[in-house]
Amino acid sequence: MDDLLIARCQMGMSLAFHIIFACAGIAMPLLMVIAEWLWLRTGQEVYLTLARRWAKGSAILFAVGAVSGTVLSFELGLLWPKFMAFAGPIIGMPFSLEGFAFFTEAIFLGIYLYGWERVRPVTHLASGILVAVSGAFSGLFVVIANGWMNTPTGFRLVNGQAVDVDPVQAMLNPAGLPETLHMLIAAYSATGFVVAGIHAWLLLRDRTNYFHRRAYALALVLGGSMALAQPLSGDLLGRMVATWQPVKLAAMESHFTTQPCAPLIIGGIPDVDSRRTSCGIEIPCGLSLLAFHDPSAVVRGLSDFPRGDWPNVMLVHFAFQIMVLSGSIMAALALWGGLIWLKRRALPDSTLYLRSIMLAAPLGIIATEAGWMVTEVGRQPWVIHGVMRRHEAVTPMPGLVVPFLTFTVLYLFLAGVVIWLLYRQIAHSPYVSGYSAADQGQVS
Amino acid sequence: MPSLELILALAMLVSLTFYVLMGGADYGGGVWDLLATGPRAKAQRELIAEAIGPIWEANHVWLILVIVVLFTAFPAAFALITTVLHIPLTLMLIGIVLRGSAFTFRTYDSRQDDVQRRWGRVFSSASLVTPILLGITVGAISSGDIRSPAHDFMSVFVWPWLQPFPIAVGLLALVLFAFLAAVYLTLDTAEDAQLQDDFRRRALISWAVAAIVAVAVFFLARTEAPDLWHHLQQSWHLHVAAAVLAAAAVWTLFKRSYGIARVCAIGQVTFILWGWAAAQYPYLVRPDLTIFNAAGPHSTLTLLVMALCAGALLLFPSFWYLLTVFKTRHAASESDTK
Ligand code: HDD
Ligand code: HEM
Ligand code: HEM
Repeated sequence: MDDLLIARCQMGMSLAFHIIFACAGIAMPLLMVIAEWLWLRTGQEVYLTLARRWAKGSAILFAVGAVSGTVLSFELGLLWPKFMAFAGPIIGMPFSLEGFAFFTEAIFLGIYLYGWERVRPVTHLASGILVAVSGAFSGLFVVIANGWMNTPTGFRLVNGQAVDVDPVQAMLNPAGLPETLHMLIAAYSATGFVVAGIHAWLLLRDRTNYFHRRAYALALVLGGSMALAQPLSGDLLGRMVATWQPVKLAAMESHFTTQPCAPLIIGGIPDVDSRRTSCGIEIPCGLSLLAFHDPSAVVRGLSDFPRGDWPNVMLVHFAFQIMVLSGSIMAALALWGGLIWLKRRALPDSTLYLRSIMLAAPLGIIATEAGWMVTEVGRQPWVIHGVMRRHEAVTPMPGLVVPFLTFTVLYLFLAGVVIWLLYRQIAHSPYVSGYSAADQGQVS
Repeated sequence: MPSLELILALAMLVSLTFYVLMGGADYGGGVWDLLATGPRAKAQRELIAEAIGPIWEANHVWLILVIVVLFTAFPAAFALITTVLHIPLTLMLIGIVLRGSAFTFRTYDSRQDDVQRRWGRVFSSASLVTPILLGITVGAISSGDIRSPAHDFMSVFVWPWLQPFPIAVGLLALVLFAFLAAVYLTLDTAEDAQLQDDFRRRALISWAVAAIVAVAVFFLARTEAPDLWHHLQQSWHLHVAAAVLAAAAVWTLFKRSYGIARVCAIGQVTFILWGWAAAQYPYLVRPDLTIFNAAGPHSTLTLLVMALCAGALLLFPSFWYLLTVFKTRHAASESDTK
């Protein structure tokens, strides 16, 4: 394999690893804060236990998130020095702001995790809120930077040099906000589903444990509501892509020929040589409708663009289908649970529903990873869309296979340990009785 | 009014100083974990873990801040450093990853001795290696051997940093971090005189080793980093300040005035760092890149300065609060050691 390919693999691997911890870093503080607030409001011990348990598990995730994020800040230069030399001044701004978000996050996290006995309850809750807010902000800033790579603004290109650099304009790039919105919702829904899935699994063993009932309820409400919002924000994002990155849209949809009333292809195997998609289900005018909210809109196909500007159509199309499929299942489960609740005014805890939620636990993570494949692989061969190609950005350092393999092994090892440690904690989760009393709303 | 480039370079220096004084001491704690001996080895390790636990993640962000300011304001320097120093930086990252995760795993893994010892060993060896690589990086950008990639692999990617001078700087970083940690830990042991003596002894020993390594670095610079050496002489007053504070640190340690010793140690390390920075000025990467020719456009620099000012308003009170919560001891809070 050549070094460029390995550099891409290493970048993708590091980011795919980091994003899992980043999602937890964004969403877990919110869950903990909600639980702690409920404790302060209702005085029920179970919520305090819950907040402390979640905090204990998250502490591990936070540490791994912090170190893997540090690796990324260096890797931007270690792997793509020429990209950074060009992009640093234009898009370094959100990274710098992100640095301050990390500070507030790490500072108040220290107080949150270690300060239960040292600060007053209200101060403790406030620290948790600051952690949750800073986590969301760090996600916001870094995704804005990514949005700029997709839709670069805030400078003019003169003889390969950036002039008239305007970092504010760069931050306001058209992809930034829709991407951020989609990513934050993804973090909440993915984490919510994982947590709900874990507690659903434990409830299947013992339906009366009030601890797991409350945990499951909170996580399900967060994950479910976000899963319902996600297709909407995905639609917003898709229309942005249709306007600004038509090649990426065409690859996502495996759409080869420019036409009005373009069909939406579900599934299917793209063949880039014959420029056809086989075995897909076609919905007439579906793509035009989705991409431009107008059934007769012209959607440009891949054939309109030079072959050298195409991303890997198979991968992008496939990843996109996975994301949308996962998202649809998650939204359907959320709807189903919502209907049960509306009808019975009770936590949906039938065996069938609990099992479904348990099986759906990884879907949000899968969708997140797949979505990033769409965004990142779909941007290829550009690092900065329309401005810099990947071979212009890569480091001259040879032998990149060595760091790539080293980090891969290291991350696999860390992943194994994290899973083992979390499993240990979950296996030792507490039993809290009193669920029937609580269900009738007469809590001591 | 100093130029924007200078303001941003100073911001990086301040951030690096905090990283050394706070994050550095966390690495130093790891070193003392590795070297914990005697009947109180377990108590020493617990004390170190308790001191590092709540603050290491926050302290670590100072390094991130140096990096983001570097690539935003001085992108050419970031690109050159990450290209030529790919190998030591990658090794440093591995150290950072292992240090942070092993420390956390140890805290949350089973309390059994062998499990604890295994994570402890990973954590402490990574704490030993990482500062050396950080120092090597600093030594390499100061020694005047780094030019844009041109020749064969070894002379581009290896020889610029695998030299006596950068390695000596790496050792100096390690010993100074260990010294800082030992001094800070004497203050965290006020209730236990024996434990306090353990760390006092360690502070004195590492002080002596640091003095020897510092002198070695100084004289190595003469042949290995001649341009830096030349400038080091011009910033002599900073070195004198460092020496005076070093003497005061060792004196107060002898006298067991730990509070004053801490102030002196902080001053000593700060002036060593600033003495280097003054000699390095105006270079970021010798011999070609200065803070002026590596700087990004004005619009970016202006905005970044404003962002840093706003961020500082948020940051310093928060940090202060963190330290008052955890560094003021109250007996009631001797929390459960599980
Ligand atoms: C829980 C996770 C999740 C779920 C359920 C979905 N997505 Fe998504 N999607 C992501 C998580 C995600 C992501 C990982 O967060 C991405 C990658 C980059 C980004 O900003 O969001 C993404 C990217 C992404 C992109 C590419 C943006 C770009 O290239 O700039 C589009 C068009 C969509 N999504 C559309 C959808 C639609 C129509 C969904 C309908 C169900 C959907 N997503 C569900
Ligand atoms: C965390 C979620 C993310 C994942 C899983 C991810 C995944 C990937 C993948 C798979 C690649 C390789 C693409 C290819 O070469 O085919 C890549 C490249 C890259 N990504 Fe991302 N990405 C993520 C977020 C980001 C963000 C937020 C940024 C920056 C702000 C970013 C910056 C880059 C850069 C600079 C490259 C290398 C240049 C290139 O190949 O285009 N990524 N990423
Ligand atoms: C979509 C992509 C990303 C998101 C949503 C994201 C979000 C986050 C969050 C929430 C954290 C704190 C997590 C925790 O402590 O558990 C974090 C940590 C970190 N991230 Fe990312 N990140 C992303 C990609 C990146 C990229 C591309 C970089 C590199 C420039 C990066 C650099 C960092 C750093 C340096 C940290 C450590 C902060 C610390 O020391 O506490 N992240 N990220």
